[in-house]
Amino acid sequence: MSLSGWGGYPKTKAKAIFFRDTGELTRQVSEASSFIARGMGRSYGDSSLNNSCVLSTNRYNRFLEFDSEAGIVKCESGVTLAEVIDISINLGWFLKVTPGTKFVSIGGAIASDVHGKNHHLDGSFSSCVNSFSLLVPSGEVVNCSRSENADIFFASFGGMGLTGVILEVEFQLIQVESAYISQTSIKAANLKEAMAAFENAKETTYSVAWIDCLANGDALGRSLVMAGEHASINQLSTNIKATPLIVKPKPTLSVPFYLPSWLLNKLTVKAFNQLYYYKGKAGEGQLVDYDSFFYPLDSIHHWNRIYGRKGFVQYQCVLPLANSYEGLKSILELISASGQGSFLAVLKLFGKQEGYLSFPMEGYTLALDFPLNSRLFSLLEKLDSVVSQYDGRIYLTKDARMNSRFFAKSYEKQLNRFLDVKKKLDPDNKLRSLQSERLGL
Amino acid sequence: MSKTIMIIGAKSDIARAIAHEFASKGYNLQLLARKSDSLLKGVADLKIRYRIDVECFEFDVLDFKSHTVFVNSLPLLPDVVVSLVGSLGDQHQSQNEWDACESVLDTNFSGPVSILNVLANKLEERKRGTIVGVSSVAGDRGRQSNYLYGSAKAGFTAYLAGLRNRLNKSNVHVVTVKPGFVNTSMTADMDLPERLTAQAEQVADDVYQAVIKKKNTLYTLWFWRYIMLIIKSIPEFIFKKLSL
Repeated sequence: MSLSGWGGYPKTKAKAIFFRDTGELTRQVSEASSFIARGMGRSYGDSSLNNSCVLSTNRYNRFLEFDSEAGIVKCESGVTLAEVIDISINLGWFLKVTPGTKFVSIGGAIASDVHGKNHHLDGSFSSCVNSFSLLVPSGEVVNCSRSENADIFFASFGGMGLTGVILEVEFQLIQVESAYISQTSIKAANLKEAMAAFENAKETTYSVAWIDCLANGDALGRSLVMAGEHASINQLSTNIKATPLIVKPKPTLSVPFYLPSWLLNKLTVKAFNQLYYYKGKAGEGQLVDYDSFFYPLDSIHHWNRIYGRKGFVQYQCVLPLANSYEGLKSILELISASGQGSFLAVLKLFGKQEGYLSFPMEGYTLALDFPLNSRLFSLLEKLDSVVSQYDGRIYLTKDARMNSRFFAKSYEKQLNRFLDVKKKLDPDNKLRSLQSERLGL
Repeated sequence: MSKTIMIIGAKSDIARAIAHEFASKGYNLQLLARKSDSLLKGVADLKIRYRIDVECFEFDVLDFKSHTVFVNSLPLLPDVVVSLVGSLGDQHQSQNEWDACESVLDTNFSGPVSILNVLANKLEERKRGTIVGVSSVAGDRGRQSNYLYGSAKAGFTAYLAGLRNRLNKSNVHVVTVKPGFVNTSMTADMDLPERLTAQAEQVADDVYQAVIKKKNTLYTLWFWRYIMLIIKSIPEFIFKKLSL
């Protein structure tokens, strides 16, 4: 069947296997010449693609245990974060770390070692996982935790599925008093102000900024910075106090078909960004439900279709703290001058991070979408060289096109350590994605 | 008080989807299958997701003699009964070996009839309930590629129609479900046309709606009603020459 990542670029054809149990999976793995696991297909580029065999976890999605006293869940790797929230929020539990969409699988969250708006305090997804089992190419199932096969455990976070197929996962939830977030919004007129706002919000659990990457001159990097905490019961208004853990389902919209790609051009995006910035209200103590705060785009199904059939590339880089201002300034100038970037660019301050190929490092990360066009790749090459110059790196989960040289340089410190583990588990290099082939991973 | 649905033949993909659909609407579940141990992982999942009661019962649809005892020993008579028992078999093998043929006829007709007979009497006595029988579009007209399976299903369709007629005055409703192509492990090796093929979850949603709306015959997906209308209307002297 025809497959692509969330960005719709690149596309490939592969045999997709929808396994339900490990017996079936083991049989497929022993027959395949090469394979990669795939969850919800929410990585943007080619991380979950392979030309021969893709092992979908979509039907491998049973909950196995839920200890609602301790907030510990055990489930198969195809369960999505949305499903975890569905069983837990009403009982006062929430995800410790969540990315900007809840439509990712637990297996995918590990493979990408996803981060959330609380990375500066709580780290990446790895911080909530107690243990998992992993099917490796030999057909063996390996149990991994901080105390058992610790090297495989850590290498699998951010390992892009290249250590094996993640099977059963046990992870910890956090207790919340309500399903609401108390949010503070700050308007930052430029990049300096935005970074100052992040510094001020360092003790706040959640922080993130929407940044207008087409603004230039004095307004370069203008942003709406949003900081939030889980709301306690006494912060709620009287009408929701009675049912603090219940959020009424909202109507969802859907983009039913691919929009023509000319629709998003410099003018429309600029107009949207202007409007969004001026419409944004600064203020404290705004109460928003968890869906609106964490997953604003999930209410529009297939939003990726707004970029047209050709698809788009998301570019997400991180720069070390000391270089962040200079680096971001250069990057934003390049984007603004090119007129390409789109709306919904995101800026965020990461905290420290341990790991193998996990993306975050202490410093600022910028993420934005670029609709695919003939001028795009030369711009992205230029951005790569700025990121490289400032010792930053880009997020493999978003990547569809970086070259292996840049990758090897930017992940240099951890790469050999990762490859040692991979070689041990997969001597014949059967675990491959189009991305790993491109990057020599 | 929450309702209970009994699913006979609980291991199939459609059964799993129906269990999830009704559980999500608050129904407690009685799951019947042979080697019911293999249902256990799925049971934990259902309980965690929907916080409902799930009970598994060891049940062999081909052990006709056990059915009355089985129904009498049930802790609770369900509100809705769904029979999903069935097996495609292998047409070629079935037309050559009686054992294979008998197994297809028993699994798709005699077995479900045997258990539904007993349950129908109970529901009739109680004067409340719904029986859902999953038949097949293959029962609408015999074709050389699967007429043994098809004829058993045709018999089952006629059985359900008769049962519906009989139980109407007792406030027990009978739904006949005729799925077309469904993407399941039963059809995993077949190359099904994508546009005509339903996911098990769509079938389950249709079945739930049919129970609520008291539909008599449900084609799922809906357009199979019209596909079968055309197939049924082809004159026999032409039909017999077709390779269907």
